[in-house]
Amino acid sequence: MEYAVLPKSALGSFVDALRQYGKVIAPVAKSERHFAFEEVTDARDIALKYIPTILPPKKYFMPQYETLAEYDIREGQKLYPVVEVEHIVLFGVHTCDLAGIQCLDVVFSDRPKDLNYLVRRGYVTIIGLECNEYCDQYASCGLMGTFLPQGGYDLFFTDLGDYFFVHVGTQRGEDIVANFSLFQRAESRHFWDLQLLRAKKAEIFRPEVPVDRFLLPRMFQEGFEAKVWEDVGNRCLSCANCTNVCPTCYCFDVKDVMNLDLRTGKRIRVWDSCQNEPFAKIASGESFRAERSDRKRHRFNRKFSYPVKRYNRFFCTGCGRCSRVCMAKIDLKETIAQLARETGYLKV
Amino acid sequence: MRCEGTYTPCLLPIEEIIEETRDIKTFRIRRPEDFVYLPGQFAEIFVPGVGEAPFSISSSPTNPTFLEFSIKRIGSVTQALHRLNPGDTIGLRGPYGKGFPLEELLGKNLLFVGGGIGLAPLRSLINYVLSPEHRESFGEVFVLYGARTPGDLVFRWEFPSWEKRKDLTLCLTVDEGDTSWSGRVGLVPNVLQEVFTRSCANWVGIVCGPPIMIKFTIKALREMGFEARRIITTLEMKMKCGLGKCGRCNIGPYYVCQDGPVFSYEMLVTMPEEY
Repeated sequence: MEYAVLPKSALGSFVDALRQYGKVIAPVAKSERHFAFEEVTDARDIALKYIPTILPPKKYFMPQYETLAEYDIREGQKLYPVVEVEHIVLFGVHTCDLAGIQCLDVVFSDRPKDLNYLVRRGYVTIIGLECNEYCDQYASCGLMGTFLPQGGYDLFFTDLGDYFFVHVGTQRGEDIVANFSLFQRAESRHFWDLQLLRAKKAEIFRPEVPVDRFLLPRMFQEGFEAKVWEDVGNRCLSCANCTNVCPTCYCFDVKDVMNLDLRTGKRIRVWDSCQNEPFAKIASGESFRAERSDRKRHRFNRKFSYPVKRYNRFFCTGCGRCSRVCMAKIDLKETIAQLARETGYLKV
Repeated sequence: MRCEGTYTPCLLPIEEIIEETRDIKTFRIRRPEDFVYLPGQFAEIFVPGVGEAPFSISSSPTNPTFLEFSIKRIGSVTQALHRLNPGDTIGLRGPYGKGFPLEELLGKNLLFVGGGIGLAPLRSLINYVLSPEHRESFGEVFVLYGARTPGDLVFRWEFPSWEKRKDLTLCLTVDEGDTSWSGRVGLVPNVLQEVFTRSCANWVGIVCGPPIMIKFTIKALREMGFEARRIITTLEMKMKCGLGKCGRCNIGPYYVCQDGPVFSYEMLVTMPEEY
């Protein structure tokens, strides 16, 4: 069954049934404007309408602290490689975050592959959830074209009033549907409801900045010396909030830490950020991106230009988290608009 | 749970340590049979309890029995390395990166320009070219090497074996001489224009040294008529994972640890100037 429908009344028992596949994680309201992916045991705790969570789901694919290897000096100096895994089901992932997970998948499965990521990845089941409405003024999914599903899920849910329209993306998704009796076959009226919603969405989700998305890499290349980077650099506090909350920022550090017993220890991977000045500084003291403007420009290029050349996809998902959390109020859309004005790419 | 390790080194004892200068030592370890590499590639060296850092391999792959890393004492890992003795264990992860473009160098005359510890990756290629099995594939070899003071010159123990060869010209210079020094005094880029007076046709310039020296040497080579694609350099960067992922060594769409560290100048000019 490629398409199915699930009555909304069955959501509670569906979430219960999902537990056989692993810990169920879903967006939960922390305040009116703040949401977080957390373990849920009761479907009523799930925020079906939510704006992007504080941290993206990347925390389940690439934890902030992750053990890569362990050692015990009583057994010598050998590091034993380990991977920390747990079966989880991510429920309610918006399309922007699905795109983010796809970016991480591309990076870590690019050769040489990152086994720690890929092994853990196999333990995660993903159930997407469509945004019927536009979330807030920070998002740019209209510009990035990420407001519609583009794969990257096992199942994808669209809320169509008293039922969910469900697209089956993978064999694992197919198994879930087959094993839960309350799914029904999708009929033409359901497809019609979906089309109506998508037509309505096409009206609401418009490019937030009047530029041609496909010209963005060229615009960033030509605007490398643009004044906007100095302006943004002058405001940036180098706090790295933007990289922490970004669904596609995956830069990391590898550290060896000994436990307090001074006998055992581990090699860990921790999140790091190109916004921190020591990030690319070499031992002799040379710093190749010494200024905040250099680092801000680097981050933007790593969303809109460099990965397009390397992986053939944008690494901005339009989720708006970086603008939402910026203490200096550096706004992604404004930055792009200013760059577009300077380089002549702004459509009039 | 236990798994295959992408980030775990193999452990090897240090076989020999050569004191090069007051702050540079060459560490010799046995070459594992599966460690297949080309000149210009690098590896991550691990000091148990301290951490890892990237180093270019200074020995030639034509040597089947051992690997050498020439390491300057400058950061936390290198300070720990310098405290080790023969017999102590270090970890090795690699090789990583792309080496020198050997195919493009075939039949060419090679001008090596090294500064300070920058001679280490060049030495791997020089000894590769000088090895009996490869010598005929390349033309003349000219090596210009400079350091701050005579005491900062590395591989001095090896120079006599280079100097006695007829197919290699070795020219040394120091920024600042002392009473023991009767050789040339002057900065590498300036000396280069004095000593290399041949026509640059069929020559390839291969440069490594501190970033500032690389920049001025490339400028000198360009003035001497070297085409951009005939200038090759190898960049120093803070490589951590070696897999093109952690992001530290990223310049433009490239990761120095995977796409470099060897780049032609033709390629460098297409990249943001963040090196």
